[in-house]
This record gives sequence, structure tokens and C-alpha cells, in this order.
Amino acid sequence: MDINTILFSGLSIGGMGIIFGLGLGIAAKRFAVEVNPLIADVREALPSANCGACGYAGCDAFAKAVVEGDAKSNGCPVGGQSCAEAVASIMGEEAAIVAATTAFVKCKGTCDVAKEKYEYYGVEDCVAASYLQGKGSKQCTYGCLGLGSCVKACMFGAIDIVDGVAVINEEKCTSCGMCVQACPKDIIEIIPSTASVRVDCNSQEKGKDTRQACSVGCIGCRKCAKACEYDAIEFINGLAHIDYSKCTQCGACIEACPTNAISAHLS
Amino acid sequence: MELLLFFVGTILVNNILLSRFLGVCPFLGVSKKVETALGMGLAVTFVMTLASIMSYIVYEFILTPLNIQYLYTIAFILVIASLVQLVEMIIQYVSPSLYQALGVYLPLITTNCAVLGIAVINMQNEYTLIKSIVSGLGTAIGFTLAIVLMAGIRERIDYNPIPKAFQGYPIVLITAGLMAIAFLGFTGLI
Repeated sequence: MDINTILFSGLSIGGMGIIFGLGLGIAAKRFAVEVNPLIADVREALPSANCGACGYAGCDAFAKAVVEGDAKSNGCPVGGQSCAEAVASIMGEEAAIVAATTAFVKCKGTCDVAKEKYEYYGVEDCVAASYLQGKGSKQCTYGCLGLGSCVKACMFGAIDIVDGVAVINEEKCTSCGMCVQACPKDIIEIIPSTASVRVDCNSQEKGKDTRQACSVGCIGCRKCAKACEYDAIEFINGLAHIDYSKCTQCGACIEACPTNAISAHLS
Repeated sequence: MELLLFFVGTILVNNILLSRFLGVCPFLGVSKKVETALGMGLAVTFVMTLASIMSYIVYEFILTPLNIQYLYTIAFILVIASLVQLVEMIIQYVSPSLYQALGVYLPLITTNCAVLGIAVINMQNEYTLIKSIVSGLGTAIGFTLAIVLMAGIRERIDYNPIPKAFQGYPIVLITAGLMAIAFLGFTGLI
């Protein structure tokens, strides 16, 4: 072998490497983008769920928004109070209080109390089932189908299907809201976790139809609203809604409800 | 006219993914959603076209005069890796929003064998500079087409009752095989 061959190949490839390396080095200086070091610190303090519950594209986007003053330090619902304190200390401000919230499934139409229209043998997915005739197999078109679209959406393993209805484990729930988006029936709602008196029904049908479909549905009789001394219950489309800021959790509505559609959820 | 036919040929007949089976890693890895697949496709288009030009220049003006053509693999890898780094820096500087959209896919292209593959194919077939550029662009569009189609199919696969043994990658590989057979139908188009 000719010594020139070794020399040429070594020099040319090595030379190319050095030239490209120098070029990249110069380019890195020339095109340097300044990044605020605070963003990295805030990002570290976040839970990295990348769930988007804060309203930003992910933890990176939220960290950037906090540093730039577009988002509040307590904007992360997943991290809770400890995360808000950590972010606030990095930003050098007082920690604001995070109101603990949780997801809640407004349906207790389990297999024994809610009637079925037909037997469903299709895809195990609520979205797919709700496209079908009659919006799913349950006679109540507002009720939980129990096929687990929310279970699949939950990144924290906080949802189980118990007896045909989704049940949220509030200790694991971070109220990120992924299940709220996944549910085709809009049954899941984010509510304050301190509120224990809740309406377990989403049916906006007429009282008679609701009663035929499910024995624990809200029939819109307004007895709870009359029983409430604090004017906290309001009816929208024949369905009771509790205003959690007015509710004192006295339980008068629970006793007044003839179908047990309102109940106390003690965690 | 000949170039146009050649361009269509690189997209459909000699599709890099479905008839040459190069770059299958991102084809399976980033085809879960149409949006990300499109982002990957655009990033590859950008890099592959530039890499075709750069590798032609390096081969013609550095390797051939020194008579060390056999070093083309290592030289092309060097070119492509540096190019991707440079493109990444420039995009981050010029257009942060595009940088955000391409995300992690841009650096991933460094190790995409389709990019190296097309540089080698251009060299082996002794294409001219213009033809190399058309070849790179056409192949990249073919890549984008195949990966977006695959992502569209995979989004729908999720709603189907697949036997347990076929769930996940097995069904994706079968789908890829069926797509390759379908693309075989384009043979004879040109």
C-alpha cells in the first residue's frame, strides 16, 4: 500500500472533520439563542406529566410562560401546593394557595339501576359506542357507558370502572382534565375536592324519561332547591346543579331527594 | 420532461420506505399521529435535499480528485451529521416556532439511514447535481407521503378489535407490508 493513500485519506477526512467542526463552532456563536436560566429551574420543579392541564402545550411551555409572567406560579394543578411553592420561590414571590380540585363522574347508573337499550358487543371504547344508534347502549343517553375511554386517558391510574360506571380515586386524581376531554358524554367535571355533597346525575331528559331509564336519576322535581336554605341549588335543563361556593354541606338536599340522585361523597 | 418523470418515479415507484425499505425506524417510531408524522416528513425533506447537494459536492470535489472514493460512507455521515446540526441551529435562530414544531425529530434525522441511503444511491447511479437534487427532494416527498399515510391508518387501527398477539408493532408491520404491496402497483407507471 502506498503511503500517500493513507496520508490522503487521513488528511482529507480529518480535514473535513476539522472544517465542519470549526464551522459548527462559529455557527453556534453566531446563531446563539439566549435562554433565560430561570426557565430551566422552573421546568425542574414541575411534575413533568406534560398533560396540558395548565392550558399550555406542556411543562416546557408552562415554565416559559411563568418566567415571562404570562402564567401564575400556582397554575399547575397536578403539582399542587408543594409545586406552587417551589415555583414561587424560584420566581422570588409569595406562594399563592392552590384550591385542591378533583375530577368527578356525574353518574351512578350502575348495571343494576340503569336500564340497557340493547346488548353492546362492539369496540371497547366510549367514543366508538356513542357514535352508534341511540348514542350507546344505555337507555339514558346522558349516562356513563362504562367502556373506559377515561381510564385509557388517565395517566395517573386514578379511574376504575366499577359495576359499569367510571369511579374516580380522588387520592390519585390530579385533576389534569384529560378524562374530561376523553368522555364523549361530558359526564366528568372538575370540582373542588372539599365539596362532598354532589349531584350524581347528568340527565337532562324529562323527569318521566329519566325515571324510566334509571332509578337514581335526577328527575328535576326541585325538592332539593326548596330544601336548601342557602339558595345553592339551581336547575339547568331539568338537572340540579350545586353552586359549591354557596353550599355549606348541610345535607338537607340529600334527605329531600326522592331518587337519591344527590349524595355525600366523603373521602 | 425526463426530470419530471424521474421525480414522480422517486416519489411513487422507488418509494424509499415502501420499495427500498430504508428509514423504516422513523416510519414505525413517529407514525402515531398525523401531525407529528407531517413534522418529521417536512424535516426530512429539508435535510435530504440539502444532503443531496452537499454529498454531491464532497464526492465530486474532494473524494474523486484524491482518488479515495471508497471512503464515501464515512464522508457522507460526516456531512449529514454536521448539516443537521447546522440546520438545527439556524432554524432555532431564524424561526423558533418552526423549531418548536419539528422538536426532537430534527436531531433524530442525523441517524436516519434514508438520508445516507439517498446520498449513496445518487453517487452509485452517477447522477448530475440537478438530478441529485431532484432525487433527494422526490425521495423525501415520497417519505413524507408514506409516513403520513401510515399515521392516518394507525390512528384508525386504535379503534379496531385486534387479536392480542397482533397488538402494537406486529399489526403495524403487517400494515407496512400491505402498503408496500399496494405501492408495488405503481411499478410500470413510468
